[in-house]
Amino acid sequence: MTKPIDFFVNGNAVSVSPSNDDTPLLNVLRNDLGLMGTRFGCGLEQCGCCMVLIDGQPEKCCTKPISSVAGKQIITVEGLGTPSHPHPLQQAFIDEQAGQCGYCLAGILVTATALLAKNSSPTRGEIALALDGNICRCGSHNRIMRAVEKAAARMRSGALQ
Amino acid sequence: MNAPLPGPLNDNPILDKWVAFPAPGTVTINTGRVEIGQGVLTAMAQIASDELDVAMGRIAIHSGDTDRAPNEGYTAGSQSIQFGGVAMRQACADVRALFLDQAAKIIGCEAGELSIRDGSILRNGATTGQDYWTLAGAVNLAVKATGSGARKAVADLKTIGASSPRLDLPAKIFGDAVFIHDMQLDGMLHARVVRQPNRGASIAAIDEAAIKRAAKGEISFVRQGDFLAIVGDNETAVDLAGAAAVNHVTWQHVEAPTPLQQEATWLLQRPAIDRVIGAPEPADAQGKERFEATYSRGYLAHASISPSCGLAEFRDGHLTVWTHCQGVFPLRGMLAKTLGLDASAITVHHAQGSGCYGHNGADDAAADSAIIAMQIPGKPIRVRWRREEEFVYEPKSPAMVVKVRALLDADGKPVDWTQEIWSGTHNKRPGAGGILLGAQALPNPLPEPPPSCVPESNGGGGTRNGEPLYDIAAKRIVHHLVTETPVRTSALRGLGAMPNVFAMECAIDELAERASKDPVDYRLSIIADKRARAVVEKVAAMAKWQPGAPGGTGHGRGIAFSRYKNRAAYCAVVVELDVDEEIRIGHVWCATDAGLVVNPDGAINQIEGGIVQSISWVLKEQVRFDNAVASFDWETYPVLKFSEVPEIDCALINTKDEVPLGVGEVTAGPTAAAIGNAVSHALGARIRDLPLTRERIMAALLKN
Repeated sequence: MTKPIDFFVNGNAVSVSPSNDDTPLLNVLRNDLGLMGTRFGCGLEQCGCCMVLIDGQPEKCCTKPISSVAGKQIITVEGLGTPSHPHPLQQAFIDEQAGQCGYCLAGILVTATALLAKNSSPTRGEIALALDGNICRCGSHNRIMRAVEKAAARMRSGALQ
Repeated sequence: MNAPLPGPLNDNPILDKWVAFPAPGTVTINTGRVEIGQGVLTAMAQIASDELDVAMGRIAIHSGDTDRAPNEGYTAGSQSIQFGGVAMRQACADVRALFLDQAAKIIGCEAGELSIRDGSILRNGATTGQDYWTLAGAVNLAVKATGSGARKAVADLKTIGASSPRLDLPAKIFGDAVFIHDMQLDGMLHARVVRQPNRGASIAAIDEAAIKRAAKGEISFVRQGDFLAIVGDNETAVDLAGAAAVNHVTWQHVEAPTPLQQEATWLLQRPAIDRVIGAPEPADAQGKERFEATYSRGYLAHASISPSCGLAEFRDGHLTVWTHCQGVFPLRGMLAKTLGLDASAITVHHAQGSGCYGHNGADDAAADSAIIAMQIPGKPIRVRWRREEEFVYEPKSPAMVVKVRALLDADGKPVDWTQEIWSGTHNKRPGAGGILLGAQALPNPLPEPPPSCVPESNGGGGTRNGEPLYDIAAKRIVHHLVTETPVRTSALRGLGAMPNVFAMECAIDELAERASKDPVDYRLSIIADKRARAVVEKVAAMAKWQPGAPGGTGHGRGIAFSRYKNRAAYCAVVVELDVDEEIRIGHVWCATDAGLVVNPDGAINQIEGGIVQSISWVLKEQVRFDNAVASFDWETYPVLKFSEVPEIDCALINTKDEVPLGVGEVTAGPTAAAIGNAVSHALGARIRDLPLTRERIMAALLKN
């Protein structure tokens, strides 16, 4: 057992003692903290299912050693919103029915959150480029991009904020 | 005499298999169809809501459960609504009629005076104090369906035909634990399988010490013959051991697919089961113009976004399995054979996974977990495949070669059509044409079933859509079912329809060009089917199709049409694109006639998704062999990215009075062929082999 590693998840302080320092953040979120929204897709940092915000930056966490996030702020899809208080992106995804199987959506929502934090009026092309690190296999891309545009417009106008 | 019951209801005629009223105010419906991201459960709830006259919110759905759901075989072939939905609709109508009869008896009136509003029985519009739940004790639903319950007239439908939001989507958007991958059972152990490279390969040596060192945590081994798994309660350790084991287990009798076998043309001259379906070969082709061209497509992967996962527990002599496969009953049957258990000692529950688009690794992962669980009774075992494992070991969609031969009349219209097809099987589903992957590694493995493909009565596999719907006097399919393929092949969305429609609809464009006809006009000149004509005309109008646009400019448009399986939905697609070294698709238009559509937005979501997937197949996808399966991750098997997805406009033809027709797989063929035709228009040169790689584009340009 290694030393406890302290960090923050969705605003809450957590402390974990993984069996080895290289345990991926993804496994800690899912198996130690019970946060299942961040999905395993490849374990190779290729597909984006495991996207989380680390100190505000979107990062794939399937190979991110837990020791590297000590002291950092992690935001997962569960930290974006809830059914009673959805994030504007989550509401827009529901409004646009943006998804089919939904396995990629948590990672896509996190990537889109990071995009809108630095660009409140992204063009369709900018949205597409931002999401190129996330794979959607069902072909819901256009709905997803429409939902991001809709959320951005609502966030600009202050609705739902 | 009533009309025959819809197939799945005929197979499962007892009404309480379909509908129950378990507690006041609630309705449960059971369906054999499972959610694979296509929104089928929402559609089933809509159907029940309308035919039972209860609000959607009262309906709970049980799906894909061998203990309680009707056995509807597989959720596949765009048949869930066309058959399963129609069965659900009739079951609900029969149930409603039984309740109305009972209410009439109690109230002392004619059933015809009664109606139902959100479960409450009304007499001439006024409440009666009776509802489904007051009557439930007196109405026996353990009776056979008769089909005599009147289904709602189309004009009276409220939820059927409305775009109800998907019931399952919010949980996925809020990151709930909705997938099988997220299930946590008490005492659960994680497992990874060290895959047998091929049937007949055997373990020569295992360096257990090296694998344990790599794990950096407690793991143990489970071995049965050449089935080897790593098990432990720490997923990270099991993961590390599973990845390391690939290099620390040596196998003998390994067979590996070669680069030569990667290409579809390898299939020619291979041992095959040959059949001719349709009209006899023309005795005299004298004096008729001939057309002949050969098209091909390589092997494709399902490439599901989540690697397959299975969960199983063997406790007190009963095996319980959770799986994201498409057919819980066939899986149960095959598990029973594999494990030597009685089917009654096995329960299989469906749990959601990512989109599968056909027979991916889901069944096999479930079998892996069951094989391990049998060795560790009392412990739930979760197997999750590694990404590489999914790509390498999932069944592939077979490569195909399709040769079109046509005889033409004086107007350049086809009067005789031969579609000659070389393909491996499109069906190695467990129990149908194949066995479970892990079972091949067990001692005395079950024999491999003899080669077969999906019968034409079920839409065909390699032959699917091999017969043109066009008005051609004589048509035939020559089918060569290649009996041995370099990798396991099975069902992927549309089966043979995509290569067959690609070949056929590219050939139709080539014939139009020969006849100096516009591709839209030419198609309309050889088909009388009104619904076929309507989708072609509609999509041409949507795309503002202009005959005579000059070719060879680098900018092109193409059209294609098919009716999926010649009996599901009608679909026509126009693609607009630019080609230089690469193809950039700018816009896709699609018109579909699916008859009565239960959920129009859901149908359009499926249609759009099918278009995107087909674009990805056509532009980017082919499984590579390099003395191993060389497509093993998202870099070696790239799929379409967000920035490569075109604008897509879809329209549904309003044909509400027609029966529902499946839409899930309709777009693959027409999209592929429309791309092929648009590329030909843009380049002034035809590429007949898929995928449309840069090398093939350059070769076509040089040939010009």
